[in-house]
Amino acid sequence: MSLVYAGVLSHAPGITGRADLVKNTEKRDEFYAALDKQRQEIEDSGAEALIVIAAEHFANFFMNNMPAYCIGIGNRYEGPIEDPAWLKIDKTDVPGSPDLATRLTKEVMKTVDTAYAEEWKFDHGIMIPLNFLTPRYDMPIIPVNINCQGPPLTPLNRAWEFGAALRRACDSVPEKVALVGTGGISHWPATPDSGKINEPWDREFLDSLMNQDKEALLRYTDEETYNEAGQGGFEIRTYIAAAAAAKGKGELQFYTGELPIFAVGCTVAKFSISG
Amino acid sequence: MSLYHLQKFLYELNRDDSVKEKYHSDLDALLSQFDLSAEENNALREGDIGLLYVLGVNGQILMHFAALLGIEWFDYLEMMREGINKYGSVRAGVYAMTGGGESYTAEGKEQ
Repeated sequence: MSLVYAGVLSHAPGITGRADLVKNTEKRDEFYAALDKQRQEIEDSGAEALIVIAAEHFANFFMNNMPAYCIGIGNRYEGPIEDPAWLKIDKTDVPGSPDLATRLTKEVMKTVDTAYAEEWKFDHGIMIPLNFLTPRYDMPIIPVNINCQGPPLTPLNRAWEFGAALRRACDSVPEKVALVGTGGISHWPATPDSGKINEPWDREFLDSLMNQDKEALLRYTDEETYNEAGQGGFEIRTYIAAAAAAKGKGELQFYTGELPIFAVGCTVAKFSISG
Repeated sequence: MSLYHLQKFLYELNRDDSVKEKYHSDLDALLSQFDLSAEENNALREGDIGLLYVLGVNGQILMHFAALLGIEWFDYLEMMREGINKYGSVRAGVYAMTGGGESYTAEGKEQ
């Protein structure tokens, strides 16, 4: 088994960009500590590369040719596309892992028709996780995208199958691979409603996610999600894919709805890797 | 004359430094490459965040454009609210305002 770590975390741009505006600094710092613990767990796993299943925000893909799934097989990446002063993350180069990523892609393609890309610009959706999980930008990254922005979106059962395919791919290579899914749960980002969080909805979803309750996870419809969890809720696809890859139950290490200035219920969790 | 081209312009601008240079050096030539209505053209030229929001520009694309213009976070949220007040409800897309215009952050209410 070469998948050595699987987890999920939030990626909202305010997590770094609006850090200095936060009033509840105690809760903010608890969140940062949980992210640092996740970094340590990934390092301790011995992972040689990190797959980031992200929900990008028009940094690479547009409605002229929108893939439901894409895997980065490039040698290097750059980010953030956003104004560094706004995101408070400097522009940097990030190493890729072309040989490993290509082998993983070939294996995924046996069951899921994923796109692939040798060019990829990282937006906050990947840069926020890397800022905390690989702060020296020295771990090879394999970016993966699930379209959560430009409807029509891939059905949740397909996101599950994509995660399962990633797991089979990881298990087919000798390298130790870590994987995180990054997205929001309920949130209304980049709208006047930014900061609105449906905590009961979040907790119900997270409970199903931690318990690997596939039936409950795949029962959500986009219409229900939009009404109760906002358009940001479409990003549950990344969490669902991570759960499908891990197979084992999860441990919710941090969740709070008390940092609305970050515009999302801030989440950190890990899964056990089960056969 | 379509939301598609309006968003395509902002997508290219947000992600490509060479497009950002053209945006500052020759905006007319840059805009002529996109099939935009007069209303869309004016909204882009004037940085009318409220109108762009109402026209249905995806919030993630609009947020990055607002950052490019140097607009502070809570000003950006307020510009979208003002756009709703001035031009009416969001006309397309999935980024409509659903909360009645209230602020959901303590930090924002203080400003």
